[in-house]
Amino acid sequence: MPSNPRSLWDSITAAGPPAGSLYGVGGRVALAELAHASILGGRLEELRGRSVLLTVTDQLTAALAIAELDGVAQRMVLSPPGLAAEHLPAVIAGAAADACVRDTGSSTPGRDLGIGISVDARARLEPHAVRRASTHETEWILLTSGTTGAPKLVQHDLASLTAALGDRRPAPDIVWSTMYDIRRYGGLQIYLRALHAGSLVLSDPAEPSTGFLARAAAAGVTHISGTPSHWRRVLMSGAAATIAPRYVRLSGEIADQAVLDGLKAAYPRATVAHVFASTEAGVAFEVRDGRAGFPASLLDASGSPVQLRVVEGTLRIGSPGNAHGYLGEDAAAFPRGADGAIDTGDRIERRADRCYFLGRQGGVINVGGLKVYPEEIEAVINSHPWVRMSRVRARRNPITGAVVVADVVLAEGGAPPAPEALERELLQSCRQSLAPYKVPATIRIVRGLEVSAAGKLVRPDA
Amino acid sequence: MSQFEQVASEQERKLAPLSDGLKLIECGLDSLSFAIIVARLEDSLGIDPFSAERAVDFPVTFGDFVRLYEGFAK
Repeated sequence: MPSNPRSLWDSITAAGPPAGSLYGVGGRVALAELAHASILGGRLEELRGRSVLLTVTDQLTAALAIAELDGVAQRMVLSPPGLAAEHLPAVIAGAAADACVRDTGSSTPGRDLGIGISVDARARLEPHAVRRASTHETEWILLTSGTTGAPKLVQHDLASLTAALGDRRPAPDIVWSTMYDIRRYGGLQIYLRALHAGSLVLSDPAEPSTGFLARAAAAGVTHISGTPSHWRRVLMSGAAATIAPRYVRLSGEIADQAVLDGLKAAYPRATVAHVFASTEAGVAFEVRDGRAGFPASLLDASGSPVQLRVVEGTLRIGSPGNAHGYLGEDAAAFPRGADGAIDTGDRIERRADRCYFLGRQGGVINVGGLKVYPEEIEAVINSHPWVRMSRVRARRNPITGAVVVADVVLAEGGAPPAPEALERELLQSCRQSLAPYKVPATIRIVRGLEVSAAGKLVRPDA
Repeated sequence: MSQFEQVASEQERKLAPLSDGLKLIECGLDSLSFAIIVARLEDSLGIDPFSAERAVDFPVTFGDFVRLYEGFAK
């Protein structure tokens, strides 16, 4: 007889009742309360063994529902906020969802989508005698933030999602926060870390950076994560000093030297770490030396559970954190190679003992037959002291097919140089360090650049 | 004309003296330089004659190039 699978709840209560709390915009919930309370109105048993679509707006509600559902649902689909309604039917069909947890009063999902059971999540935890028995090894489905078309359904389980967790001993003094949504891979990692050790401050898309930072500070945040785009927004908010974390983590996009230096200057006492992770490949490694890229010694290292290789120019990762596959009609497109490793599609260039990310394989701009990675040029532009962030994109051109153009957001404060002078300086520094075809044809100073719900720079051409 | 000179200096190319009859292929600029000139002219003039629905005769001389933009601006 196999023993019952160990659920997330079992795992976080293994050493006794959890000491931490979850902080949402609306208030705080002590994790220990979940032992005898429910966000699902006590209707958990109706969801046992089912394929459950979790589609709620509020992150705190989602955080509580996930903790209830693992070990109970056969499958749990984490629908991120901002999922276009047009994609919902394909997600439901792909995951064979037969139940959903939704916001009270929500009109879209439910019976009209062919889902038999709809449970309205409550506004707050309500006391219920809940049986926390784990009977299922719940499959967790994450949706990738694809740049085009419908999201893919990525299959994980608690084992693959917690493979990179390391020390799980309770650490009540650790207060995590993440600017990611916890229903995306980067945020989910922080959620799982925080539940095993400490507390978690959740973000809210409607909340400005200053408000979020003030809330994180009030909760005593010590460890905080976001994408480089999230962090640039914090540095631009003028309120970065509101918090004084010990650990600052970047993931989800390439961390260039400028953002790493900016964070080191803003948080001189913190460890600034950038992490490579993707929904498909899982967490691969963490770099703590404050430099962009990663040590080449990580490649082909023997004896490590995470195997990194560069094959045909892209990074391949074989790890217990790898996803198991894509669910549904995308199954054949899962980027697992013959050796079992996941092809991340991220192009790597090795210079001496360091490996650098050149950008996504698909994000290449073609200038007269020559390949240009936007991130490489952005890194040069971002190194200018007056630049906070930039976006390099393709512009159609009758002569070379495309040219490279850059949109630049200036750093806050002080008196910036005249736009024409700054453009000249930026072009000059690009010319010094880049091949001519990589130098932007035009540079435009803009007030801001769009960052997606997933915390990544929106690339219209990608 | 200033765009030609500006781009030539940026690309560190020697620009031949510009005249109506000068063949673009001999003016000293490469295709990347032309690509940049076209992009910047679109920014400053708001027009890109090459994107027009009707086919354009690709300019051969500097004079052709100027007339292409003049004709489009009218």
